[in-house]
Amino acid sequence: MSLQVELVSPEEVVLTTTASMVLVRTTDGDIAFQPGHVPFVGVLLPERVRIYGDDGDTQLIAVHSGFVEVSGDKVAILSDVAELAGDIDTDRATAAAERARAALVEDPDDTEAAAALKRAEVRLTVAAGTAI
Amino acid sequence: MPGGEERILRRRISSVQSTKKITRAMELIAATRVVKAQQRAHAARPYANRITSVIEDLAAAGAATEHALLRQSEEIRRVGYVVITSDRGLAGPYNSSVIRAAEREIMAGTREGRDYSLILVGRKGRDYFRFRNYRIDASFEGMSDTPRYADARRLSEEVSGRFISGEVDQVILVYMEFISLGSQKVAVRRFLPLATIEEIAALGGGSAEARAAFEFEPSPSGVLEVLLPRYVESRLFSALLDAAASEHANRQRAMKAATDNAEELIVKLTRMMNRARQDAITTEIMEIVGGAEALRSAG
Repeated sequence: MSLQVELVSPEEVVLTTTASMVLVRTTDGDIAFQPGHVPFVGVLLPERVRIYGDDGDTQLIAVHSGFVEVSGDKVAILSDVAELAGDIDTDRATAAAERARAALVEDPDDTEAAAALKRAEVRLTVAAGTAI
Repeated sequence: MPGGEERILRRRISSVQSTKKITRAMELIAATRVVKAQQRAHAARPYANRITSVIEDLAAAGAATEHALLRQSEEIRRVGYVVITSDRGLAGPYNSSVIRAAEREIMAGTREGRDYSLILVGRKGRDYFRFRNYRIDASFEGMSDTPRYADARRLSEEVSGRFISGEVDQVILVYMEFISLGSQKVAVRRFLPLATIEEIAALGGGSAEARAAFEFEPSPSGVLEVLLPRYVESRLFSALLDAAASEHANRQRAMKAATDNAEELIVKLTRMMNRARQDAITTEIMEIVGGAEALRSAG
């Protein structure tokens, strides 16, 4: 038994795959899905999504917002911005992280910069995750 | 001087011929664009379907239906019109029919004492309404040809912002719906307030009761709070994609007609030119014969 995972962005279906387990972070914390999970809908936070494949491979995806809908053995991740590790521009993400950090030093309450930093960090961890 | 008319005609034929080349090229480009636009509309469908399906889940769970985007005003004082036109012309009746429908809608609203607020997509619509001194509240350019999701989000922020702040009590969307390659028609739809979530769920096809009991994180209302803006964006995005496909289909048809007309014109002008040449030759022969005759009788 395995999960049918679908990663859907507004413009296209980014990825369809099968997995033994999917780990995401919702507003209430980390949650993992395995086949037979109760039907579930959750709001996602900017964080990497981990997809544990049937063959033991782990795939990381940077998801910046969206939803996860689980019903039966289907997991659908709906996200405005979902990037596979290979699509991430690490130089750009590093630069964005630097910029956001600088903005935070000047104004620690800058929520936009904090969000930008978080996004950049997620991108970088996802990109680094596959290099290892 | 003989041959003058012929030369003028020859020049016109070559000018029509080069126009024909251009319209033919535009026809072919539009044809590939329609296919691309259709594919993009097709690729965008899974997301829209999923969003609707989550709304179905929420309706089944009995989520609170209190949300700014669902607010029904008792009295409608001001109506926002979102009019989607193209940036470029030469698309046959595409822009004019959308604009005409929008203007009619505005007139009808004004007669009932409702103010209007215009949010325009596309340079053609903006030019039209600006020329006629309508008050334009926002206009967007460069997104009607190949709309991106980010464009839909910008548009949605503008539209939802005005609705949530109470500046407008209703939003009507005017665009050209793509039914098939051969048929597109102007659609005038109430866009905001959204139908109740039960109605949205019913549109999705599945009956809300038949669905399994879901768990929601953080809560059904919390999910709804985040979901509805996305739903608005995805609806606008699909309207933009539809409009783009319609634009290209209309342009293809208009350019096909123009190419056919050019061909007809070339045939007609060629006939006229041949007749003019014949006439010139006949006249010349007559002159020579006449001259020879005069010389002989003189000798």
